[in-house]
Amino acid sequence: MRNALRLEPLNPAVVKPAKVKPGSENSILPLRVEGLGLILNGRLLLDDITFRLEIGPISVILGANGAGKTLLLKTCHGLLRPSCGTLSWREDNRNRLRKCQAMVFQRSVLLKRSVAANIDYALKLRGYPEKERLDRIDRCLNLSGLHPLRDRHARTLSGGEQQKLALARAWAVRPEVLFMDEPTANIDPPATAAIEQMIRNFAQEGVKIVMTTHDLHQARRLADEVLFLHRGRLLEQAAAERFFERPATRAADAFIHGELPAGSPFFTNEECV
Amino acid sequence: MFLYAYLLFTNMLVYHYSIIDWPFKYVKRNIIKAMQSILESFKMAINLMLDLNPLLLEIVGLSLGVSLTAVLLASVCGFFAGALLALCSFPGRQAILVILNAFMGLPPVAVGLTVYLLLSRAGPLGDWGLLFTPGAMIFAQWILVTPLIAALSRQVIEDLNVEYRELLWSLGANRLGMLLTLLWEGRLSLTTVMLAGFGRAVAEVGAVLIVGGNIVHHTRVMTTSIVLETAKGNLSQALALGIILIVIACLINAVISISKNYAERASA
Amino acid sequence: MNNIHKIRMFLGALFLCLMIPVCAAQQFITLASTTSTQASGFFDYYLPIFQNKTGVEVRVVAVGTGQALKLGENGDADVLLVHDKVGELKFIEEGFGVDRREVMFNDFVLIGPEADPAKITGLKDAVGAFQRIAESKSEFVSRGDDSGTHRLELRLWKEANIDPHGDGVTWYKEAGAGMGAVLNMLAAGGNAYTISDRATWIAFENRKGLALLDEGDPRLFNQYALILVNPEKHPHVKKEQALMFMDWMTSPEGQKAIGEFKLRDQVLFTPNAGANQ
Repeated sequence: MRNALRLEPLNPAVVKPAKVKPGSENSILPLRVEGLGLILNGRLLLDDITFRLEIGPISVILGANGAGKTLLLKTCHGLLRPSCGTLSWREDNRNRLRKCQAMVFQRSVLLKRSVAANIDYALKLRGYPEKERLDRIDRCLNLSGLHPLRDRHARTLSGGEQQKLALARAWAVRPEVLFMDEPTANIDPPATAAIEQMIRNFAQEGVKIVMTTHDLHQARRLADEVLFLHRGRLLEQAAAERFFERPATRAADAFIHGELPAGSPFFTNEECV
Repeated sequence: MFLYAYLLFTNMLVYHYSIIDWPFKYVKRNIIKAMQSILESFKMAINLMLDLNPLLLEIVGLSLGVSLTAVLLASVCGFFAGALLALCSFPGRQAILVILNAFMGLPPVAVGLTVYLLLSRAGPLGDWGLLFTPGAMIFAQWILVTPLIAALSRQVIEDLNVEYRELLWSLGANRLGMLLTLLWEGRLSLTTVMLAGFGRAVAEVGAVLIVGGNIVHHTRVMTTSIVLETAKGNLSQALALGIILIVIACLINAVISISKNYAERASA
Repeated sequence: MNNIHKIRMFLGALFLCLMIPVCAAQQFITLASTTSTQASGFFDYYLPIFQNKTGVEVRVVAVGTGQALKLGENGDADVLLVHDKVGELKFIEEGFGVDRREVMFNDFVLIGPEADPAKITGLKDAVGAFQRIAESKSEFVSRGDDSGTHRLELRLWKEANIDPHGDGVTWYKEAGAGMGAVLNMLAAGGNAYTISDRATWIAFENRKGLALLDEGDPRLFNQYALILVNPEKHPHVKKEQALMFMDWMTSPEGQKAIGEFKLRDQVLFTPNAGANQ
């Protein structure tokens, strides 16, 4: 367990993330993943995955429970070290890589402090001065509609509000790439709609969104590009329209038509990190 | 209180049976006697507390001062040691954990003796001249309590780490930042850990008696006075002091759990 | 973060408060003495008189005579007030102490159940009483802590030609505790005997069914003496203040004060400084 997650030490020196306009020469994208495999506890969980993430489209990793979506996302983010294969960004500097990414987890983990302090914590770690932090907190809270709850204790929020806060916190640091793991699982429809709107807003501001979902409808609503994952293998990477109209594999076709049985004989627990 | 309630309860039981069985009558008489002397101690304890006897205040003050200082110092060390053990893996970690868990039950007398040998003029730290001072008592209790706090806070931090580590890494925290954040996030549970440490420190007598010497006005604390009063055969006075010790411990626990409830309500 | 700051301030303040009495330079000496002198309340009466007169505080660490001598050997006390002549002379011979002065005496008494199954009442013969206790196989609780009282008790058994640690002896119990604790055991346990110094016995409150059965044997004479811990061995010993205390305790004024200490209308310690020198 402990060794599965090797945390890279971070240079304590404050490296300000460069403000990167999409398409600029400074971008950390594209991300190239080649032959990526992941073995945890002696089990092969991701096998020979190859794809490329470009600046721009919302990429949705689609698949049944246990397909390995979360693991793939965490590996891309750097939380898990691939057992084989390569994962290369355009940027080599680890510090900058880390600062240009953010992640929202399926079960949002909020710090035991106020809503504003949760965002402030993330900003402090990136070394923003106090005045800018306050500005950003206000903007984030306005954007996510959490401003009236600014001084509430984060753990007293409802599930939907908590997830919104987690999103706002991830977005506050202005990542270039934002990973989201099932951002609307266990959340009621209105909150889901609000969160999806937030995601679209982020994408419009030029943040590259990489998210997982098992919800076909959500994928249809949000995705520009779909990566279909099945039993630890990447079966397809395609533009969303094309994928939903003419899936290239039988598994994808079955999944779209609700025929692929959820769960897989290989992986009993997707969260087996 | 519990003891009193217990005796009352058994007394009622015994009274019930005494009609049919004479040996219980004998037991009952003894229980009534014991109850009377405990009641007497309660009265004495209340009188002592109402009196605000300066010697008693001094003893209580020293008890609290010594134990609180020891626990605070032990917390600083124990929290960090616990957090390090929870977050880092290194060779020998398992061995340290085993030793730490065993040391949670260190016998106070053994600690007292060790500290005596260290602080004695003939010992390695003799030049400090700390023996028979409150400082020596703090030192001994610190040794007694640190393993307890370290072992318990390791558990707290380890549990929190499972929940937080991916998030904190993702937000860009380094190891030290993670450690401090986890300590702060675990503050409510760590207060309980501190209370456990305080309970152990304030209630022990073996160590403070040896390294403090029970010198009146100087190193006499609640527990050593209880020992002295017992030696004088002054049992009700000794028990009265014990009752006061319990009352004080209850008060401290109450204050902390009330403020903890308050903090939890804000977060629940 | 404000909270952390407050906690830190509080911590610092508390620590300082506690360290002040530790660091404050005070005129004091450490006196290692026996439990009997402390438990009887003698020091609570006696030492303030000295402190008022000279300003020197005497801090008493009350332990058994054996442990008191050990404290002196390690240099953890400045003066000893103990009651085991054999051990004291050995202590001085080995160079750990100097200037032994006898200051006061009382005597040991035999304590047992009021019913006295071993029939030792009024025997005025400690050795004879010990033999009777052994013959009747009545329970005897020994201090067993290498204190002055324990050492005397062992000498008495030897004189009575009884080996309390021999095979088949079931009536002899070693408590490994102070005098008060042993008396408490007797009070709780019923039919046991022990030997106690008179001061502790007079001051002892929890006497349930216990009585003073035998006294008056010259062998039960209990001499207390002061010893200065050798300043040549332990340079930090506060020789000047310690001698001040020893001088005062053996002076007519100090001696008179000893004789005036009474509990239950009885004199606990009889001053006799200079009687044997």
